[in-house]
Amino acid sequence: MKKVVIVGASLAGLRCAEALRREGFTGALTMVGAEAHLPYDRPPLSKEFLTAEFEEDRLALRIEPYEELNAELILGQRAQSLSLEARRITLSSGEELGFDGLVIATGAAPRTLPIADGISGVMTLRTLDDALRLKGALADRKRICVIGAGFIGSEVAATARGLGLDVTVLEAGDQPMLRGVGPIIGETLAELHRSNGVDLRTGVKIESLEQIGESVRVNISGESSLECDLVLLAVGAAPVTQWLEGSGLALDDGVVCDATLLAAPGVVCAGDVARWPNPLFDGESMRVEHWTNAVEQGVHAAKRLLSDDDSAPPFSTVPFVWSEQYGIKIQAAGRFSGEDRMEVVHSGTDDARLVAIFERHGRISGVIGFSEPRRVMQYRRLIGAGAPFDEALAASL
Amino acid sequence: MKILVNFDLCKSNAVCMASAPEIFEVRDDGYLYILQEEPDETHRAAVEEAVRLCPTRAITVEDQAL
Ligand SMILES: Cc1cc2nc3c(=O)[nH]c(=O)nc-3n(C[C@H](O)[C@H](O)[C@H](O)COP(=O)(O)OP(=O)(O)OC[C@H]3O[C@@H](n4cnc5c(N)ncnc54)[C@H](O)[C@@H]3O)c2cc1C
Ligand code: SF4
Repeated sequence: MKKVVIVGASLAGLRCAEALRREGFTGALTMVGAEAHLPYDRPPLSKEFLTAEFEEDRLALRIEPYEELNAELILGQRAQSLSLEARRITLSSGEELGFDGLVIATGAAPRTLPIADGISGVMTLRTLDDALRLKGALADRKRICVIGAGFIGSEVAATARGLGLDVTVLEAGDQPMLRGVGPIIGETLAELHRSNGVDLRTGVKIESLEQIGESVRVNISGESSLECDLVLLAVGAAPVTQWLEGSGLALDDGVVCDATLLAAPGVVCAGDVARWPNPLFDGESMRVEHWTNAVEQGVHAAKRLLSDDDSAPPFSTVPFVWSEQYGIKIQAAGRFSGEDRMEVVHSGTDDARLVAIFERHGRISGVIGFSEPRRVMQYRRLIGAGAPFDEALAASL
Repeated sequence: MKILVNFDLCKSNAVCMASAPEIFEVRDDGYLYILQEEPDETHRAAVEEAVRLCPTRAITVEDQAL
């Protein structure tokens, strides 16, 4: 392999580039990124970065000099199309780049709603530029309405409360964040918002948005409408695969890969964009939008690209996510839903500490913890080891 | 190798503990403890994974001159 092109210059792409060099790849390496910035970290964008004290330079994903990576960085350019036959991509500038190996790491982008079209007071949050705009708006406005109580919506709500804004969160589902995990966790998450002064409304249907001067009116089905200075639309993200349409790659809510992260000969995927069957969960087809997964897949994809035999190992992981709201660490790992058996295995004297584990097919499949990082990680190891649920229950970690 | 953690950056989320439980431990007091500051080479792969997966890039490894 002489020339590798990585599309997407963020977490998965950068960690893949670094792993390629570590693994001994000495050929030409090019990274193409649609954003003008050097790779930066996204998790702080909904948290510390929105408050005053956190500076932009702390977001850098690479501390070592870029020269050491010996890669060509083409930033502010989008890959527009891929030809597998000709083995080249075309950039938005019209430039064409040939490759022997291709890494697809184009991540995900916020979903939008038709009702938000043309409403200037509506923002989404994914990029540094989005975060700078939001930070500016939070600094001089008083009332924010967050649509969608997923991870990003919940975090921005918490951060905005910390900054003293009036915060309303509107959620279509019946509980925030970890949807459908049952009443105990759902109530804990909802109470966290409410006890911190957020007006959280669940089971809400939004009929329309109207821009009225500087404010936005949110019209809610069956309720009186609500006025705010700013709306954050946080209704999830979709994998960025438009540029791959017609390329011949299988696209189905992500780029469909085999268990080793290979999408086609010499083409691998990593991060939020990748869909693959996870052997740790009976080959369940997954796409994971979490930070540690992007790092792990970036590294795995690099090794897969360099090993051209079919005996390459599969990528298996116990998906893990952390979030921080109101100073509480919320962590979840593995698979869980309201249909699975759940047991609370640890709870502190205050509501702020809680660990619950979930069962599927007799094994421990998931764990959710509040302010319990050690226990979450220990249960996560049991999930990875395929431990029987009863064993996990008895483990008293 | 010598393990260094920048405790100003560390957020005690215990991700490192998943990679290298013999080296890192977050305790119930909410702090990260380094169990072995100078582990032997058998731990290198696990430690390097922890370095990569630490969300705040708080861990560094210093290699002493031989
Ligand atoms: C505000 C926010 C907070 C988060 N907080 C957490 C958290 O607390 N914990 C957690 O586990 N995870 C969190 N995440 C998720 C985590 O950041 C992502 O999982 C991670 O960024 C995925 O990395 P990636 O490289 O796959 O994709 P991305 O980071 O989305 O990067 C993809 C890059 O590819 C570029 N690109 C897209 N299309 C093209 C193209 N055609 N050509 C060239 N370049 C292209 C994009 O511009 C982007 O820079 C958060 C995400 C956000 C947005
Ligand atoms: S992974 Fe990093 S931030 Fe988390 S506990 Fe370990 S050193 Fe601290």
